[in-house]
Amino acid sequence: MTIRSGTLLEARNVSKTFTRGRWYSDCGVRALDNVTLSIQSSSTLALVGSSGSGKSTLARCIAQLEKPDLGEIWFDGRSLANFTQAGFRHLRKEIQIVPQDPSASLNPRWTAAEIVSEPLRVQRWGNEKKRYVRSLELLESVGLDNRAPHQRPYQLSGGQRARLALARALALEPRLLILDESLSSLDLSLQAQIINLLIDLQATYELAYLVIAHDMTLVASMTDQVVELCKGRIVRQEFFPC
Amino acid sequence: MLHVENLRVSYAGGGGTQTAVLRGIDFHIAPGEVLGVLGESGCGKTTLALSILSLLPASTSVKGSIRFLGQNLLVLPERELRRIRGERIAMIFQESGSALNPVMPVGRQVEEVIHAHRDWSLDRLREEAHNFLGQVGLDPSIAQAYPHQLSGGQLQRVQIAQALSCRPTLIIADEPASGLDPAAQAEILEMVVQRTHAALLVITHQPSNLHVLSRSVAMLRGLTSRVLVMYAGQVVEAGSLEQLETSALHPYTQALLACSRPSGQPGARQKLPAIPGYSASFFRLAAGCAFEARCGRRQAVCGEREPDCVDVGERQIRCFVL
Repeated sequence: MTIRSGTLLEARNVSKTFTRGRWYSDCGVRALDNVTLSIQSSSTLALVGSSGSGKSTLARCIAQLEKPDLGEIWFDGRSLANFTQAGFRHLRKEIQIVPQDPSASLNPRWTAAEIVSEPLRVQRWGNEKKRYVRSLELLESVGLDNRAPHQRPYQLSGGQRARLALARALALEPRLLILDESLSSLDLSLQAQIINLLIDLQATYELAYLVIAHDMTLVASMTDQVVELCKGRIVRQEFFPC
Repeated sequence: MLHVENLRVSYAGGGGTQTAVLRGIDFHIAPGEVLGVLGESGCGKTTLALSILSLLPASTSVKGSIRFLGQNLLVLPERELRRIRGERIAMIFQESGSALNPVMPVGRQVEEVIHAHRDWSLDRLREEAHNFLGQVGLDPSIAQAYPHQLSGGQLQRVQIAQALSCRPTLIIADEPASGLDPAAQAEILEMVVQRTHAALLVITHQPSNLHVLSRSVAMLRGLTSRVLVMYAGQVVEAGSLEQLETSALHPYTQALLACSRPSGQPGARQKLPAIPGYSASFFRLAAGCAFEARCGRRQAVCGEREPDCVDVGERQIRCFVL
């Protein structure tokens, strides 16, 4: 069903240490230790591991919210280390992240349509009118009804807010979407609904997913590759043929 | 030991409106037994837990009866209730991060619970607190730590130490393991069953949690666990966990359990079983069965009136399909 055309993202020997106490003291937390992995386009990599194993740090390094100490991250054949500030602006369109607690990342005073068109405005996409029309399309594509665009986050339920955060991440048509435990706070049936939606979106937009999960049972169906981290190291890597 | 009959709770809204959140709940718990309450968020699970200990806001209307060891907790004066809370009925709250005092060392917080019920010297209190912290698998040196210095799992254990500290006869646990990874969840649940003989009322939205619990209860206490499945403030199905897992009767229970164990090959992009739509809202409850709009087996009668609770063998089910 999915078209796989080459490597989209590659992390080579990535390490990251967080220092604790004074900067010159050598007591630090090694969050990532020599991690190497790659994600094919239109495929899903599930990152699993107990809490504190470095899953979120890796996601943040890939999303350029954190710089690795050692190693390189390549996206679409280019090393992220060589990007200029202007280049990053373009790159941010390609990699989007849905945070751990999606509801907390939504501005409570904005309507859903405003929230979804914000990334478009930041990237100077179209004019106000076009952005509004696009935001309506996006909200519809994640299965929100026609009342949603004018509602504010507090008027939406948890599942609807998760869909809203997803619509915002999809606004710039990224090629890689990082889901950092974005669903674990939802009820099981809502998680299943959203995973079904993600499966559909992957086919439509040729998206690659990096899914961080505590629990593989629900995400297994959409996963091509599982990487398990323990104390910053890869302890298991498994490919599912399909 | 605990008998809850026709419990009805409504929250007061603006302009004198009342929103019914629990709509006639009946259940009982025997000594040493484990009763699970399963349901999605917003079905009234937490309200049920809080109503037993009279911890709901004063404006809330609570009707029916909650009898604990012969006393009706709903008419008991506050002074008597304070003697029961913590000592006879202990509670483990949903978010341990916000349930603990951020500016008090956790050891002191365990001592505080014991101090409220026992007239002991400070040394003995400290010794007892250390003892319980040790029992839940924490190093006693953690007693000096403040909540922000501890991980989610450690905070959960501190709360369990608090709950165990007066040797209660009933422990109410509201999502005792949420926010932890599955291995840590199982460990926490097993530990609660191991460390106490108290009856447990465990509230959760994860069927897998109940599975872990019932397994350790069967092993350690030789008892079967019962489960109440709640939807929109009512019990829609009640029975032993085994019955529910092998042959759930209510469409909602069936759908909920199907969600928790999807089948299919990894990577096959097979759609997961999901319940369509969102949970029923208490503000917009229609005349018929609350699950009607999402139910795959609805009939004409479902939209007209609410089904009554019927006994099927040892279970109770609230559905017309049967």
